[in-house]
Amino acid sequence: MALTNQYIKEKLQEKFGDIVSNFEESYGLLSFEATATNNLKVLQFLYDEPSLQFQFLTDLCGVNFPDDAGREISVVYHLHNLTENIRLRFKIFVPVAAPDVFTACNLFSSANWMERETYDFYGVNFVGHPNLKRILNVDEMDYFPLRKEYPLEDQTRIDKDDEMFGRG
Amino acid sequence: MLAHQQHHITLPEGSIEKQTTTLNVGPTHPATHGVFQNIMELDGERIVSTEQTVGYIHRAFEKLAERRPLYQITPITDRLNYCSSPINNMGWHLTCEKFLGVQTPKRVDYLRVIIMELARISDHLICNSIVGVDTGAYTGFLYVMQYRELIYEIYEEVCGSRLTTNIGRIGGFERNFTNTAFEKLEKFLKEYPKVLKEFENLFARNRIFMERTIGGGAISAERALNYGFTGPNLRAAGVDYDVRVHQPYSSYQDFDFTIPVGKTGDNYDRFLVRNEEMWQSLSIIEQAYKKVQEFKGTDADVFHADVPEYYLPKKEDVYTKMESLIWHFKIVMGEVEMPKGEIYNAVEGGNGELGFYLVSDGGRTPFRLHFRRPCFIYYQAYPELITGGMLSDAIVTMSSLNLIAGELDA
Repeated sequence: MALTNQYIKEKLQEKFGDIVSNFEESYGLLSFEATATNNLKVLQFLYDEPSLQFQFLTDLCGVNFPDDAGREISVVYHLHNLTENIRLRFKIFVPVAAPDVFTACNLFSSANWMERETYDFYGVNFVGHPNLKRILNVDEMDYFPLRKEYPLEDQTRIDKDDEMFGRG
Repeated sequence: MLAHQQHHITLPEGSIEKQTTTLNVGPTHPATHGVFQNIMELDGERIVSTEQTVGYIHRAFEKLAERRPLYQITPITDRLNYCSSPINNMGWHLTCEKFLGVQTPKRVDYLRVIIMELARISDHLICNSIVGVDTGAYTGFLYVMQYRELIYEIYEEVCGSRLTTNIGRIGGFERNFTNTAFEKLEKFLKEYPKVLKEFENLFARNRIFMERTIGGGAISAERALNYGFTGPNLRAAGVDYDVRVHQPYSSYQDFDFTIPVGKTGDNYDRFLVRNEEMWQSLSIIEQAYKKVQEFKGTDADVFHADVPEYYLPKKEDVYTKMESLIWHFKIVMGEVEMPKGEIYNAVEGGNGELGFYLVSDGGRTPFRLHFRRPCFIYYQAYPELITGGMLSDAIVTMSSLNLIAGELDA
């Protein structure tokens, strides 16, 4: 039986009820969200359930929505069932004041660095991570650069003395 | 005076009692072929543990992308895996096209396939010949470089540049392929099989090479999947996952090719898988070139889709027509609003699944763009691959994983 988005959705709703919500399908990819504290339960269920078998973590990354109070930081998982060849996207949202998320390292070895990268850029605190420290940026950095509160420099600014680089 | 001072050298505490040696390999080391640092603990020549440091050439691509209109992101993708830039460029264009709902003509798809497979050959060629260099055979590397040069000349004929290509546009190519480009392609198709065969003969059954690579850096299929391996490295471990087959893009479904797989996932199998993939790529290019030749008359002039909002109008129109001038300006300044939504799209890059996760809030630039960079994900497995092995094998393992610092550090 080919696995369909509809079946996955029903299976998840049957198991988790209100914990999972916002099911949508864009460009053929099923996308849904779950409450932050249940992320591991959902991942584990998707991994173990014989008819689902989402055992390949394709991607894990953060997104920042500064205007969405209480849900500023999102962690997005892309999972892949390689035998049925179907992907899905799974999101959780946490407040920027307490961005605590359980680590998926014990389930996927690949999550280790991807979580470190997400910590590095968004400051998501992955609870239980074996080695949560910066990975691409310098250790001394004291902010999380991909958050929207740090805009790139306005290229039209004129107050800067930057003669050597052809500006100002 | 000097001799007297030497008596007062203070060694770190515990360093005399310590039974292992700490060795700092990299960040810039001739054997790492890129900026990679490993702090290794060695017991004699055996590796006890290693700690990797990455990020030396981090250039904040994801942040930069949030300030750029779609077409300006293409040059950023060049600098990910710079051994096969065209695949990255086209992966990005394909993502944009899927996001915007653009249908490309078949001829464009086939031309793209030719370029992407040439890029795959040049990527694998570098990787395999470097494995040769690291095991002591420089000849193969120098010999095949001539043909990478020929591939670069084809790129040059198509887009004007060689390494960081910025090839193509959203919707197709910036210009049609010239006759010279096709002539060079024919030359490549004619001469390269002999060279590849010779290259293969030099290594595949070479006893020294086999003994250096068999069993080194091996990983099981199960661990490879858990570590998020993709591309030739995963296939060498025995899993036949290839994005070109699983989610065909750019009309890959029209071609007949096989996915080579290995068994043991060691350095030797990775070499063989890449080698066989080059043969498959050659066959795909031949098929695609045949299909391209079937387009006659005006069909043979098609090299892009009609995407007026993203594809620059013709230069002569820009000089003579108001509407074209306006669109030229709007596109260059990035004044086109994108639809809202999010998309994940992947292509089979030189070293694995290269994915683009694009979130748009309806503005002119992406709200968030994340690159799934295959070698960032599988480089995590490196300590597991080399622990317990010899230092010299660790160097070969690093080359055979096809790590590209530009892609790793984004």
